[in-house]
Amino acid sequence: MTDQQPPRGTVEAGDGAHAASPAAPRPGRRAIDWRKRLEIILLAGPAILVFVSFVIFPVVLAGYYGFFRWKGFGPATDFVGFENYLIILQDSAFHDVLRHNGFILVLSLVIQGPIAIVLALLLNQKIRGRSIIRVLIFVPYIISEVIVGIGWGLMLQTSGSVNGLLDSIGLGAFQKDWLSDPSIAIWSLMVIISWKYIGFAVILFLAGLQSIPDELFEAAAIDGASYWQIQRTITLPLLGPTLRIWAFLSIIGSLQLFDLVFIIWGQYVASTAGTSTMATYMVANGRTSGNFGYGSAVAVVMFLISLVIALIYQRFVLSRDTAGALTEGKK
Amino acid sequence: MAVLEGPPRLHKKRPPSDRQEWGSPATYFIAFVFIALCLGPVVYIILGGFRDNSQITNSPAGFPDPWNFDNYAEVLASRTFWQQVGNSAIAGLATTIGVVVLGLMASFVLARYRFAGRGAMYSLFAAGLMFPMTVAITPLYILVRELGLMNSLAGVILPQIAFGLPVTIIILVPFLKAIPDEIEEAASIDGTSRLGFFFRMVVPLSLPGVVTTGILAFVASWNSYLLPLFILGDQATYTLPLGVQAFASQYSVDTAKVLAFTSLSMIPALIFFTLFERRIVGGLTGAVKG
Repeated sequence: MTDQQPPRGTVEAGDGAHAASPAAPRPGRRAIDWRKRLEIILLAGPAILVFVSFVIFPVVLAGYYGFFRWKGFGPATDFVGFENYLIILQDSAFHDVLRHNGFILVLSLVIQGPIAIVLALLLNQKIRGRSIIRVLIFVPYIISEVIVGIGWGLMLQTSGSVNGLLDSIGLGAFQKDWLSDPSIAIWSLMVIISWKYIGFAVILFLAGLQSIPDELFEAAAIDGASYWQIQRTITLPLLGPTLRIWAFLSIIGSLQLFDLVFIIWGQYVASTAGTSTMATYMVANGRTSGNFGYGSAVAVVMFLISLVIALIYQRFVLSRDTAGALTEGKK
Repeated sequence: MAVLEGPPRLHKKRPPSDRQEWGSPATYFIAFVFIALCLGPVVYIILGGFRDNSQITNSPAGFPDPWNFDNYAEVLASRTFWQQVGNSAIAGLATTIGVVVLGLMASFVLARYRFAGRGAMYSLFAAGLMFPMTVAITPLYILVRELGLMNSLAGVILPQIAFGLPVTIIILVPFLKAIPDEIEEAASIDGTSRLGFFFRMVVPLSLPGVVTTGILAFVASWNSYLLPLFILGDQATYTLPLGVQAFASQYSVDTAKVLAFTSLSMIPALIFFTLFERRIVGGLTGAVKG
């Protein structure tokens, strides 16, 4: 697709000169050029084809069906313009899910970020058993959302093991209805999310820490810097790129959250418990109720929200100087 | 705690050859607490499978007493469980092969060819990273249905390959770029074509990256829920996550059996990960740096 059209937004200075050098119309040269193009098409073609058909095309398709009232069968004919979008924007249930998603997004960053940084710093010291620790903290991340949802769902039931544990250690007064009480449910969800994904943050940060050369720490230590001074002035700024990648992945993940909520709260209870998300709203009002036009419109709204946030984030991050950006931002 | 111990440790005698330092006890304590919190729920699921329902009702947070192996035995003897294991394995392997083969070929082009539109192609895949499957699931379902792939594993595998490509390409491109040009030149002097270079040199040299991306793709497929939920309506085509959920709602009163089924279904992903943990972390490091 894109690779065949010659000059289009060329970034590399080198290949522009290479591709567009008709100064040498020698047949050998031509043959090599065609051969190269053929190789590119042969090697990259299949990936581009699959990617465009199953990632790009569905999003375009959603844009199309979003303008129709369509039950999912036969061609879509009932064109309604922006009506689906107006309904979404006026639906108070959608306002709720936006609020929930925003809450989850912010709290994920605020809870997981600092804890994961501290843990990564601790585990980056030369201690015994570091590799086994690394494996163990990654376990929750490897387990599927379905298993996490079912396990935590059973644990947090009113007659579940969390309340049982509280009772047996004499804290029976703290027993709660962790899943259905609307004032608690979203915090339960935050605990589960943090539990599931914090290991990923720690591993990512550890990987980032290990790429910082030891000489920097040694030099600072010789200059008399304290442990926390070193972390604040050397480690955190140098960890900046890793932190920003993690934050980006976390934000996108928060906006897409579906599996955990859907499994623990089911498709209808989620809204009364106050844990519904854009994705559960989309499934409940789209496929489950058979309104595929409406579901597509919700998908488009989700897509646009993710896109705008991603673009703002990238601009915001790119506009900052790499060094020291994080220490500035944290203050 | 660690604040007080940190600085002196840096100054104190530190023989350069001594890598056997123990570090402060506070570090071990915090690490231990954290790991206990990470593993607690997992242990609950596994141990719960060894209890029976009256034990679970009477003491929700207790240990198995006596140990009961019936739940695990029953699940292991059921045909449904093995059928779902088989479906998950097929979907996982096919997704992994597809992602790795297509991803490696595309990454090779991105890393070793210079052509107009290369930047655009890279951005195209990188943009895919921003949009996980959730956003596209409704139209994806419509598309798969139009293709006649409903209730078939192929309807799950193809989209999974497509959505796995961005991560794969972003991890693999730095690996392939790191192969020194001299090797390629040497190969071409010896009369190897670029494609020959790809198969004889690139594939073996990029193996660490390939293993990383392969495992990520396999685990993602093994755990995936949303896509199979939309595509696989027929019980015979259920993958494990769907099966676990169906089992959990079908036997909602039989908690012990649900826990046994659940813990058995997480074993393969755990084994896979434990075996290749170093590779995955190494691959992530490469991706972060690149």
